[in-house]
Amino acid sequence: MTTPGLPLWVTVPGTLLLVAGGLLAMIGALGLVRLRDFPSRMHAPTIGTTLGSGCVLVTSMLVSSAMLGRPVAHELLITLFVVVTAPITAMLLMRAAVYRDAIRKRSRR
Amino acid sequence: MKKPSSSPPPVLTTALAASWLLLNQTLALGQIAFAALLALALARTTSALRPLRPRLRRMRTVPGLLLMVLTDITRSSFNVARIVLGLVGNRPVHAGFLDIPLELRDPHGLAALATIITATPGTVWVGLAPDGHSLTLHVLDLRDGIGWIHLIKTRYEQPLIRIFE
Amino acid sequence: MNAIFQGAAWFASLCFALAILLALVRLLRGPAAQDRVLAFDAIYMNGMLTLLMLGIRSGSLVYFGTALLIALFGFVGTVALAKFLLRGEVIEP
Repeated sequence: MTTPGLPLWVTVPGTLLLVAGGLLAMIGALGLVRLRDFPSRMHAPTIGTTLGSGCVLVTSMLVSSAMLGRPVAHELLITLFVVVTAPITAMLLMRAAVYRDAIRKRSRR
Repeated sequence: MKKPSSSPPPVLTTALAASWLLLNQTLALGQIAFAALLALALARTTSALRPLRPRLRRMRTVPGLLLMVLTDITRSSFNVARIVLGLVGNRPVHAGFLDIPLELRDPHGLAALATIITATPGTVWVGLAPDGHSLTLHVLDLRDGIGWIHLIKTRYEQPLIRIFE
Repeated sequence: MNAIFQGAAWFASLCFALAILLALVRLLRGPAAQDRVLAFDAIYMNGMLTLLMLGIRSGSLVYFGTALLIALFGFVGTVALAKFLLRGEVIEP
């Protein structure tokens, strides 16, 4: 479980990024529990998915580049995929919520 | 149905080839040749699914826009985190829907705008009016509606119009 | 410095695990179906990040493929669920 002798240019930014990413993802999930209505809750996990995963992916790139002694960038694929797909799920969920709320209001009247 | 023969779309083909090389973590000559062939074949076979071709006008604007989006994501992440943790004092936080008049018409530009807005914490894209002249957002901290409209129109819409139209 | 980095990696893993638990609370509590789908979205995203943390801590590349697959299938699952909520059908004729 021990990664032997990572150079300083990995550990210093890596430590900062991991602490920030972990905290951001946790705050995002906390917002999922704490915020009051659904549209507001949509915003909270976005912190984790964009900035949180960004931090972890950059650290992962740094660590594997240092381990293998050559630039490794395949984490960029995950970043790209997450960035491209997150809006689609958010938009569909938001539209579903608006639609379902409208139906519920109509049936209550 | 006869397809009009056309040159392969350069950006899509390059992106497909680059992602193949990234996935295999290689820059070997054979893999590069295979990536190019695969990308060309995929771009050709899926061209029927993409009836519209984007026209990229000013690629110079792209790096600046990306940098701006990155700083905005960082800043609004911390704003949303503060709201979640309740560190805004006694100020009540109103969330609400916001309508924004839109001048951008190009579908690819609109897709890019949706990606930017939804990737930024604090704003979520709800929908486009059927006539395409206005856009509805949900904003977590709706203190200053005019400010949000101004921000989205000048910071994101203008560069996208310059890129896509 | 290496020890501090390992500590930060542990801390981040712990944070993601906690985030999964918090999202699980929302998944079980609801109240609406869209809340549960949103919580599911957050759970798979944090699961993917946990796997990446395993990769960082062990310095191995094998976790990358799994993380990519989780991102892919999680996206497909969320979109299918959201589409179902929107129309009552996933693939419309």
